[in-house]
Amino acid sequence: MADIAPDTARERIPTVIADGVDIVYRVNGTGAGRGSATAALNRILRRKQAEKAAGVRRVHAVRNVSFVAYRGEAIGLIGTNGSGKSTLLKAVAGLLPVERGRIYTDGQPSLLGVNAALMKDLTGERNVILGGLAMGMSREEIKARYQEIVDFSGINEKGDFITLPMRTYSSGMAARLRFSIAAAKDHDVLLIDEALATGDRKFQKRSEARIRELRKQAGTVFLVSHNNKSIRDTCDRVLWLERGELRMDGPTDEVLKEYEKFTGDGASKKPAKA
Amino acid sequence: MSQVLHTPPPAPAAPAPVPAAEHDLAALAARHGLSVSGARPSLPGYVRQLWARRHFITAFATAKLTAQYSQAKLGQLWQVMTPLLNAAVYYFIFGVLMQTRDGVPDYVPFLVTGVFVWTFTQSSLLAGTRAISGNLGLVRALHFPRAALPLSFCLQQLQQLLFSMAALAVILLAFGVPPAASWLLAVPALVLQFTFNAGVSMILARIGAKTPDIAQLMPFVLRTWMYASGVMFSIDHIVAKHGDGLPSWVGPVLQANPAAVYIDLMRFALIDSFRAHQLPDHVWLIATGWALLAGIGGFIYFWKAEETYGRG
Repeated sequence: MADIAPDTARERIPTVIADGVDIVYRVNGTGAGRGSATAALNRILRRKQAEKAAGVRRVHAVRNVSFVAYRGEAIGLIGTNGSGKSTLLKAVAGLLPVERGRIYTDGQPSLLGVNAALMKDLTGERNVILGGLAMGMSREEIKARYQEIVDFSGINEKGDFITLPMRTYSSGMAARLRFSIAAAKDHDVLLIDEALATGDRKFQKRSEARIRELRKQAGTVFLVSHNNKSIRDTCDRVLWLERGELRMDGPTDEVLKEYEKFTGDGASKKPAKA
Repeated sequence: MSQVLHTPPPAPAAPAPVPAAEHDLAALAARHGLSVSGARPSLPGYVRQLWARRHFITAFATAKLTAQYSQAKLGQLWQVMTPLLNAAVYYFIFGVLMQTRDGVPDYVPFLVTGVFVWTFTQSSLLAGTRAISGNLGLVRALHFPRAALPLSFCLQQLQQLLFSMAALAVILLAFGVPPAASWLLAVPALVLQFTFNAGVSMILARIGAKTPDIAQLMPFVLRTWMYASGVMFSIDHIVAKHGDGLPSWVGPVLQANPAAVYIDLMRFALIDSFRAHQLPDHVWLIATGWALLAGIGGFIYFWKAEETYGRG
């Protein structure tokens, strides 16, 4: 996987290229004058000239990360909490600016998730339509996929729930419907941030199968997860981020083995697995 | 399980992620026609994207409108009840207690038209101010031209206004205002007002995205603007009666302000006792001018910061 020489790249089509990416967050309201009125005024008045003096802290979340993702790959992103996985994903989606470097993409990568577009006071039915439109599907596409989405979510297995407002759903049911809507669209590049942890075991199985399907239909899938098993089940390549740096990039088994050694996870689990 | 992260050794066993090819990543991207993620589209491209999302804009507006009263027992009836109650309160205060009615024929239709038309602008601008800052979750999760949000909120207010207009028609007939062909003028007046509202909303949305504090300020600005726009009284009458000490330009300036223009146009369209001479000169020209200025200006101003919304 790591042999990304120009000659092999000719047959494989790149979908996402990160070229020396640095991402820096700026956080207001920290430092010496935290929260005081003068500090706040200072921040508004002096915006750029004196970030430090005004108590703006810089968090260097991702440092000099480069990789090339190809069509047909499913790539896992692993790393301990706060290592920059989600941040990198957001930047690939074009939702966060990069400080240095560039991210090139084929088409528009999309984060899996429509939660924010759904309204709990509307029926599941209307949310399917609203969510689909929010993801950029046409009304016809949604109509064609509607039954598929409802069946996949399994919302109607226990009665006619799809015509009830979403606020009446249990959290598990709502999560299932959200995943079903989000996964209904074919994406060129799909970015998933720990979405597989929703629903019961049966539904998790189904969503893993759906991810594999999406991967076949479309280009590339990125998956952020702390669940090494779901990474193993869905991904064939893994990027390991630690403290914002790309520590390792290679086939799933190799990288996970090193990662488990690093976190001490593999040692404790080995007896159970063997 | 303790995870002590002393500076990890740089990339141990595995080969460096991208060995020699690092320098021609940009070339690789160019060869396969990849584009830079998160760049702002051109203005025509932006308009096309927005047009492609028109169904989302309308569906989002309708969804917000229906979700608003979905928990209430009377449900969607509140769409009509709320503006009627509003009008009743203003009638009680300004018509009965303060007697600003004097000299204005058909005072109730006059007042109610003013209140409804003003409420349209007021709630559009309030919603616009929070269009980005209040929907960061949506902006950070999904890709769509961000102008869809302020537009959608203005559309929601327009739908709300159409309910109010139905109530208004009943009030007009009840107070003996005859239906007339001039009622059709309400349509172009509304189109112009909507364009104006949408434009100003987009300006406020961009400012509000950078400085959310403006949302705290807006109610005061809007209240001042309301009292200066002749919602509950006729600017004409007040200036004629109490305006002795005022410079002569105050009346015309107040009447040419966009809120007053759109309110008076609607009154002129709907109420037969509201005559053309009460309107400022070239009123349609002024109304169109405000709409174009705010609409086009606001759209471009909003687009200029498209790639920055929802960040940081």
